[in-house]
Amino acid sequence: MAGHTAELDAKALWGGKESPFQTSYGKLMMWFFLVSDALTFGGLLIAYGFTRHDAQDAWPIGEETFNSLPFLGHGYPLIYVALMTFILIVSSVTMVLAVEAGHRMDRKGVTKWMIATIIGGFFFLGSQAWEWSHFIHGSEFGKIELADGSQAIVKGHFGEIENFTVIQAGKHHKKGDVVKEDLMHTFQHAAEQGHLYDGKILLHDGSIATVNKAKDHDMKLIIKKDGKDNKIGDEPIVGEKAEKMYYEALYSAQANRVIYGANLKQNEYGPQQYGQFFFFITGFHGFHVFSGVMINILICIGVLAGTYHKRGHYEMVEKTGLYWHFVDLVWVFVFTFFYLV
Amino acid sequence: MERDDLIEYSLHTHHSEDQGKAIRKKIWFVTALLTAITIVEVALGSFIKQSSGAWPFVKWSFIIMTLFKAGYIVLVFMHLGDEKKTLRYVILVPYILFLAYLIFIALWEALAVGEAWATYGV
Repeated sequence: MAGHTAELDAKALWGGKESPFQTSYGKLMMWFFLVSDALTFGGLLIAYGFTRHDAQDAWPIGEETFNSLPFLGHGYPLIYVALMTFILIVSSVTMVLAVEAGHRMDRKGVTKWMIATIIGGFFFLGSQAWEWSHFIHGSEFGKIELADGSQAIVKGHFGEIENFTVIQAGKHHKKGDVVKEDLMHTFQHAAEQGHLYDGKILLHDGSIATVNKAKDHDMKLIIKKDGKDNKIGDEPIVGEKAEKMYYEALYSAQANRVIYGANLKQNEYGPQQYGQFFFFITGFHGFHVFSGVMINILICIGVLAGTYHKRGHYEMVEKTGLYWHFVDLVWVFVFTFFYLV
Repeated sequence: MERDDLIEYSLHTHHSEDQGKAIRKKIWFVTALLTAITIVEVALGSFIKQSSGAWPFVKWSFIIMTLFKAGYIVLVFMHLGDEKKTLRYVILVPYILFLAYLIFIALWEALAVGEAWATYGV
């Protein structure tokens, strides 16, 4: 593509008129912008690496944190993020096909592939919304502070809560009432508040009920913070011993021993900074994707209106293409350093 | 007014139908390659645990595979491989040099900070 002036000598190249880079002003500036943006992302990921390096074993492992699929539940490590990566790669491909069509002045081809790229972008944004929502709401078990002061994340299948049977009346419920609504939410809220004790729950209205719930399966406690007895890096605690330790802590009537999901102050997956980096880095990237989709839509309107065809070249498509590929490029690194390693 | 002292570089990227066919072939090849690498990464990540002895090897293979993917995206999808050599180096060399330096200094410092936490406690 380039090289049409290869016969020019150095004096002609650097002596004015000819650009030494043989590209248009707009494209060059897009490249300079991308370098500066890449420095921002590079800085963020290196800051992440710094924090992770000094926290060592307390840091969560990607496949432990991200192992769910929509509608299917747990037990699918990394499949969802791999799917997101694939969506972004495909939309990058459709973008490069749009650019290629532009180089042949094929307006129909450009339109087709631009629209495909925009759809891919929306798919990615939707996936990220699901991922965030899942990350914020967290698992059924949460992260628990055990009796010796250590903290453990919990894996396994949570036995469903069937109902709460009221044994002591409050303002609203009478003795013998069976509560069947909003069970999980009520249960987790009570656990955080320290309103669980000895198999019983203190409900909002002051009534006390027994918790009837199915048995959990394959419970596994992975220590993430040292205590007196349990240390980071110990073999996971499994089976009945794990269940006993977990429920002893959960039904201790003490507040703040369990954390569900994530916010900027705390999260159930690992150190505080982990949640903050997750929100900042994937959020900043997601914002780039969102801007990219908006820019793609604007350019697509230009293509449909014939603006670039009249101009004689589709360089605007190429320039947004550069930005869009850059977004994909960043995701490749985020994928590796946030989810895989 | 038409200026004859400006060169419209934007027109130089045009190519013919036949050239387009070859370029598209290359694009699909790179797509298949990127997808294959991602699948290998996920398979390795799912089957080999971080506690296993093979993990350091897996970790470095992730990083190398990522750099491969990044290289293909930049050089083929972003066409940097087709640009003038001067442009290619102006973009890549300062960036890579600076980041290599930053990675080295940050991770080295992190180990020292981690050790300080471990020694003197919170």
